[in-house]
Amino acid sequence: MSSTKPPLLQVNQVTKTFGGIFALNDVSFDLHEGEILGIIGPNGSGKTTLVNCITGFIEMTAGEVLYRGKKISGKAPHKIADMGITRTFQIMRPYYSLPAYKNLVIPLFSPRAKRTGGWRGGGKLGDRNTVSIDILEELGFERESFVPYKKASNLPTGYLKRMELARCLALNPKIILCDEVFSGLSMSEIASMVPLVERLQMEGITLIMIEHRLRELFRVANRIMVLNFGEKLIEGTAEEVMADERVKEAYFGSQEVEEVMAHA
Amino acid sequence: MNATHAQRRRERLDRGLKVRSEGIYALMSWRELVYLTLPRLILIAGLLILPFLMPTAYWQRVISIVCIYALLALSFDFLAHFVGLVSLGGAFFIGTGGYLTAILNTSFGLPPLLTIPIATVFGAVICTLLLLPCLPLRGVYFAIVTLMYPLLLMRVIEALDILGGTDGIVGIDSFANRWIEQYFIICMVLLFLFGMRRVVNQDLGLVLRAVKDNDQAVRASGISITYYKTIAVFISSAMGCLAGAYLVHLYMWAGLSTFALDFSILPIAATVIGGAGTLVGPVLGAFILVPISELLREFGTLRIVFYAIILLAFIVFRSEGIMVYGQRKYHQFEKWTKV
Amino acid sequence: MDILFEILIYGSIHSISLALIALGFALVYGTSRVPNFAHGALYIINGFIVWSFLRVWGLNYFLSVVFAIIVTGLIGALIYQFFLIRVRGMAISEIIASYAIGLAILEGFRWGGFKGMTYTLPTFIQGTIFVAGVPVDLHRIIVLVSGLALVGFLWLFTHYTRIGLALRGMAQDERAALMLGIDSDRMAVVAMVFGAMLAGLASVLLLPLGNIVVETGYNVLILAIAVCIVGGLGSWVGAVLAAFIIGFAQIFTEVFLGTHFKVVVALLAIIITLILRPSGLFGQQKELEERV
Repeated sequence: MSSTKPPLLQVNQVTKTFGGIFALNDVSFDLHEGEILGIIGPNGSGKTTLVNCITGFIEMTAGEVLYRGKKISGKAPHKIADMGITRTFQIMRPYYSLPAYKNLVIPLFSPRAKRTGGWRGGGKLGDRNTVSIDILEELGFERESFVPYKKASNLPTGYLKRMELARCLALNPKIILCDEVFSGLSMSEIASMVPLVERLQMEGITLIMIEHRLRELFRVANRIMVLNFGEKLIEGTAEEVMADERVKEAYFGSQEVEEVMAHA
Repeated sequence: MNATHAQRRRERLDRGLKVRSEGIYALMSWRELVYLTLPRLILIAGLLILPFLMPTAYWQRVISIVCIYALLALSFDFLAHFVGLVSLGGAFFIGTGGYLTAILNTSFGLPPLLTIPIATVFGAVICTLLLLPCLPLRGVYFAIVTLMYPLLLMRVIEALDILGGTDGIVGIDSFANRWIEQYFIICMVLLFLFGMRRVVNQDLGLVLRAVKDNDQAVRASGISITYYKTIAVFISSAMGCLAGAYLVHLYMWAGLSTFALDFSILPIAATVIGGAGTLVGPVLGAFILVPISELLREFGTLRIVFYAIILLAFIVFRSEGIMVYGQRKYHQFEKWTKV
Repeated sequence: MDILFEILIYGSIHSISLALIALGFALVYGTSRVPNFAHGALYIINGFIVWSFLRVWGLNYFLSVVFAIIVTGLIGALIYQFFLIRVRGMAISEIIASYAIGLAILEGFRWGGFKGMTYTLPTFIQGTIFVAGVPVDLHRIIVLVSGLALVGFLWLFTHYTRIGLALRGMAQDERAALMLGIDSDRMAVVAMVFGAMLAGLASVLLLPLGNIVVETGYNVLILAIAVCIVGGLGSWVGAVLAAFIIGFAQIFTEVFLGTHFKVVVALLAIIITLILRPSGLFGQQKELEERV
């Protein structure tokens, strides 16, 4: 899986404390180009904090993040996004008062989109409105219907989640950190998201996916990393990770595991 | 029977078309053309004819004052409702533009033709620089700092006795021609009104509205918020400085009262009453409030109490504003057919 | 040597005065995140009420002061209950509403009050004493002592009483406080009442040193805001510290450069703070950061 190329993203010993609480404690991992890394762990294990630290929304207390060997930790979030490291928000943040397709015009207005031509823009960026409808179509917003033109406040969750992803795609990203994109979606919506994720990987985008829906995640992810109480428990393939005792304890609690073991 | 059915069906479909092609209207009839352009034509024509309708020179000057306040109200509305920055000190812009013009005119001898543009641009630069430090901070800081600057600057000028001190700078040229004096400001108001409407609907305006709504998402899209806020503040302060420069040439005097509270609170009241967020509303509000203020001149600072109370009432109880209400009603009139 | 003592003593007194003025504003902002632009207005209202009780109704001074402070507190509560609570949460409207109230009151006074003569309040004690060779009037000593006592009392209050702790909790994190059962609306009213009473207390201590005029209301507002910006909006400790910094700076300029430079100090202090350390000395808001 890992090539001889150096890792795309290196996260080294990242620690984040809030007062006396260690939200993240000495977390390190590498991200290789073209892979999908899944990050799982019970609630409160620091997954979203990790995303915030990597993308610059929160200052880390210690540690560093390197992108292609250059330090990006400490930079402003818009600069990091400008380099191609994008993220979705777990608590969705669409621009509620604007129609769906106008939501995408804003990332298409960013310096990065203007430089790199937007996703599928192919160099010269055409009319932003048109391109944004194209991007939405890729994500399942039916072009001929009224859906892309509806105000974001009137759209259901499934569409909004996909719009979050669309906002990342508009920036022609190298890395997307997906914070729980599968949650809140119906089975059919997930069924349509999985091939999309696979297609993104084929196009050369590297993904980090934070998920609770393990079954779907395991289908797409190349590697899994487990966080618990801000610490990295284990990293490996899906089978390795799920076989590990500590992971089971983290999710179910040791007492239950014992009981299950006792009855087995 | 069939003909009217067909007619109604066509209008239903047209409505969808209009939704989709915001800004480009498939004009199907003269009626639609008139419906769209009539309000704007009335506004433009009305403003241009107004000076001729005024009985005395006094009231013609009132129109100029109205236009000054209208520019200020526009600048307030733009900053507050399209970018999310509340400027509590319109007087700061007027004062900066005004004093700058006064200096350019008296110390450098430049004519109004030059002082006004220079004061507008340089005034905007100065104001933006002074406001720059609080742009990355929460919105409250901007409000507090804009409140403080005019009050402080007034006191500094008075205390240090610079720039004319309490007497002010006198002997400033006035305009060459009364008609230029009158129509210059009216044209400026129209220019900025329609200009800002375009800006707000273009992509730049979209980004600014997004910054107001949801700044974290904007940063996640790789856009620097501070940069766009700076642009917005620059545009707004340019409007205010222009108004201040004009004012000073109108009265041929610049003094402490150029920083008066009137200039801070009336634009806010005009915006809230006229309809926030519409850009036309504040202009309307100015047209309503300034004449009333003139009539109340004998009551001294009771005027300000009056504005403050009306402002309070509107913002707490009925924050929609006239224009927003009016727009709603006007759009409801659009389809006189039952669907 | 005399100059040094003069600076020390008058600097301390001036700084304590600034702290007295600023604490009310800091309290209200820290707790409910609403800037109370009516702070200066409340200061003047209180002075006016004391004057009325004293001169018009002939009450004795002590009772006038006590009643006036209570009334001012009530006025603060009314302002919040009638106006600010309706716009709670809408940041733009909150600011505009608070501004309108402050302006209405102050300009109303400018138009309708203080007519005919100069309004003054008598000092508590007449007389001058000499401290380290510097003449200081007794009233100023009282200001100094009361101010220090008040700061100490506030510290104890916010660290050891239930209400005080609730206010501090709200200042740190409103949502968390809500989850702990602290009613944020009621606490906001309490904060407003205390803020108003602090403004009243400040006015009672400081107005006897001059006349009651409307300009003072604006000056108080400006100084309170300047101190709070330098100290960090929302931090009470910061406000006290900033009061001393600005206070001494102002006294220095007064002694060495002349009285009329004092106001420049305030302006410069704000600009320098915004450039170097925008969130102030002890400011809790790290720019636009919020929980993502």
